[in-house]
Amino acid sequence: MKKTTTLLASAVLSLGLMGTVQAQTLKMAYDSDPVSMDPYEQLSGATLQLSHLTFDPLVRWDQNFNFEPRLAEKWERIDALTMRFHLRKGVKFHSGNEFTAKDVVFSFNRLSKSADFKGIFAPFKEVKIVDEYTVDLVSNEPFPLVLNNMTYLFPMDSKFYSGTDEAGKPKDAMVKHGNSFASRHISGTGPYTVTYREQGVKMEFARNADYWDKKSPGNVDKIVLTPIKEGPTRVAALLSGDVDFIAPVPPTDHKRIDKSDKVDLVTMGGTRIITFQLNQERVEAFKDARVRLAINYAINQKGIVKKIMKGFATPAAQFSPKGYLGHNDALQPRYNIKKAKQLMKEAGYENGFTVTMMAPNNRYVNDAKIAQAAASMLAKINIKVDLKTMPKAQYWPEFDKRSADLMLIGWHSDTEDSNNFYEFLSTCPNKDTGAGQYNSGNYCNPAVDKQVAQANTETNPAKRAAIMQGIEKTIFEEGGVVPLHWQNQAWAAGKNVKIAPVVNVMDFPYLGDLVITK
Amino acid sequence: MIAFLIKRTLQAMVVMFVISLISFSIQDNLGDPLRELVGVSVSEVEREKLRDDLGLNDPFLVQYGRFAANALHGDLGTSYFFKEPALDVILKKLPATLELVFGATLIIVVLSVPLGVYSAIKPGSLLSRLVMGLSIVGISIPVFLTAIGLIYLFSIELGWMPSYGRGETSAMLGWDSGLFTADGLHHLILPSFTLASIMLPLFIRLIRAEMMEVLQSEYVKFAWAKGISPWRIYFVHALKNTMLPVITVGGVQIGTMVAYTILTETVFQWPGMGFLFLEAVNRVDTPLIVAYLIVVGAIFVVTNTLVDLIYGLVNPTVKLAGGK
Repeated sequence: MKKTTTLLASAVLSLGLMGTVQAQTLKMAYDSDPVSMDPYEQLSGATLQLSHLTFDPLVRWDQNFNFEPRLAEKWERIDALTMRFHLRKGVKFHSGNEFTAKDVVFSFNRLSKSADFKGIFAPFKEVKIVDEYTVDLVSNEPFPLVLNNMTYLFPMDSKFYSGTDEAGKPKDAMVKHGNSFASRHISGTGPYTVTYREQGVKMEFARNADYWDKKSPGNVDKIVLTPIKEGPTRVAALLSGDVDFIAPVPPTDHKRIDKSDKVDLVTMGGTRIITFQLNQERVEAFKDARVRLAINYAINQKGIVKKIMKGFATPAAQFSPKGYLGHNDALQPRYNIKKAKQLMKEAGYENGFTVTMMAPNNRYVNDAKIAQAAASMLAKINIKVDLKTMPKAQYWPEFDKRSADLMLIGWHSDTEDSNNFYEFLSTCPNKDTGAGQYNSGNYCNPAVDKQVAQANTETNPAKRAAIMQGIEKTIFEEGGVVPLHWQNQAWAAGKNVKIAPVVNVMDFPYLGDLVITK
Repeated sequence: MIAFLIKRTLQAMVVMFVISLISFSIQDNLGDPLRELVGVSVSEVEREKLRDDLGLNDPFLVQYGRFAANALHGDLGTSYFFKEPALDVILKKLPATLELVFGATLIIVVLSVPLGVYSAIKPGSLLSRLVMGLSIVGISIPVFLTAIGLIYLFSIELGWMPSYGRGETSAMLGWDSGLFTADGLHHLILPSFTLASIMLPLFIRLIRAEMMEVLQSEYVKFAWAKGISPWRIYFVHALKNTMLPVITVGGVQIGTMVAYTILTETVFQWPGMGFLFLEAVNRVDTPLIVAYLIVVGAIFVVTNTLVDLIYGLVNPTVKLAGGK
């Protein structure tokens, strides 16, 4: 009797083992985990990463900045203001509810109320239901970035999120501080469902068996996401085989990972610009374009990238990275100390002056070191810099107060479009309209502002590109800001984990399509 | 004894009050919590509205009064990040930290006593010199580096130990802990040694110095003359008197230990209170920061009280303050 049980047990066990040969588990470590399971609560990297795992957008970016149809199968422009989306049929939410046009309207309305996302959806007036699987998206004015912004529309399950929870609160409530139904419960259409969540410690996902995308090559059945805050620990976890996939990878460890025969490093040119702003309101000299240009000539972007960033960045002389419509290839870093000194002399500041500089020390890759390097470069043209660096939590209030003459800021365009840079970083600041919210330099050129407004309604891509490249050129020639570089992106994974096709510069890997080979 | 405890409780309440006041008043200097709650492109107007909703624009005394009233009902505020009562969040993380402190304490006790005693008895031997040398190294290397070194050697190069995290936990006696699973214990080894590394040398040296002094005292010489076995002299007569200062220092060091758990837990991604605290500071999760400081303050008061009690037991000549 005992023997039969043992036999039976081992048979069951081996069956179980056979099962696990096919099923692949991905153990991964990011530097953070989402603050909430509500995809509309916070516009942050961690939330978008979660959204792409558990939800699907109407359309999404591919690696070449093209749009891939997801829940919208196809789309067409009806008139200058209206874009018609044909939705995918036969898609089910995790709850079992069918995905229809109603969910898109529900989601659009909810997004328009979200403090974080309303900016992205502000250009649109409404979503109209044409039939169960067709919607019309109407914008307030002709709007060129309809599809860009639709990458943020992750339809939520309207039936699941309607009504009230046990506490009697509406299930679709968005609560920044405190509990809400949507922050603890999730029902999307995405490739994974959440099976376990201990905030800040671990999150587990299981493959959605009914996932609509049958063509997806993805073969990962289970994902275990552990946030590991410390870069060296994250790298150690990968090298020791405790996890299979990590991001981000600290630049100092690239060589070590590249050399290892167990893991692969995947890097990509990033789209986040790191730049200094010169405050013209605080410093009289910065009102003089020659002084601003002198600073631009004095900063050695290539040197910073090579020495401090270890090559893990692309030197920049404008906001728009390659691939963006506004990228102007003619604008290159112009390090030239002689020219800088000459400009300072022309402006009457040969003997220089003293300025203050502030930079965060835990926000961007090597931010404090970059600021130190820039300060010593400016010393060469007799500009003495008092540098103060601080953690980001303290930096942003200082930034809002414009507390220093030079301030460092990194910016990623939420729309993956150049105009977003200008709107936030270089249009004339206006407290009432909120324009130029992050323009701590008060650089202001009404002609540029006009072009920005023009680009916002120009739907012809070629004309838009011309306008925006012109804006870049003007800012470059006037030395409006001091661009440094675009931060690159890096991911690392075990050799059998094929991350290269699923990662992207926005850093929300499409893990639904991830393949792990044996 | 009871008078002593009552006195201590009153003192504790004053301490708690002061801690809460201090931690509450520094929170404005930690940064803007709104920045961590919303995305970067959210307008100042929106943020100001949220700040109003959270009551962050109220005068300091109004905010503190609200906090104190809730605190008296056991509510230390709600964490911005976890969206749960701050005290619950901290208590949930407490077992992980206690495991770590327990592991490190065990290592310290098991290693420091024999090594300290040995190097006091045989100060010239090779082993003693080695222990002393290593303790200098141990005490001067920062915890951060020790941790990374251990991970590099035992996780990456040798592959013996897991590189991060707490491992599996299982519940026993209503306590969900990694101490009861093999995987949990396996995960505990490196962090415990890291945490112990900073304190172990100190205790070895302390025990050695005290022991050497005690061995010179008259009563030990008398014991030798009496012909008592060396084992009994070292470990019963001499060690007992050696332990008095060790207990005092140990009590104070528990506080330091809590401080070092912050570093150890961060490097090992150990989901305990220390790591939680550092994260909370980075995220400007002020309710959680305030609650943590109060809880840690409470731990200090409790451990110091316990140390005083134990001291009285070990050395009956010491009278408890307020006792008869």
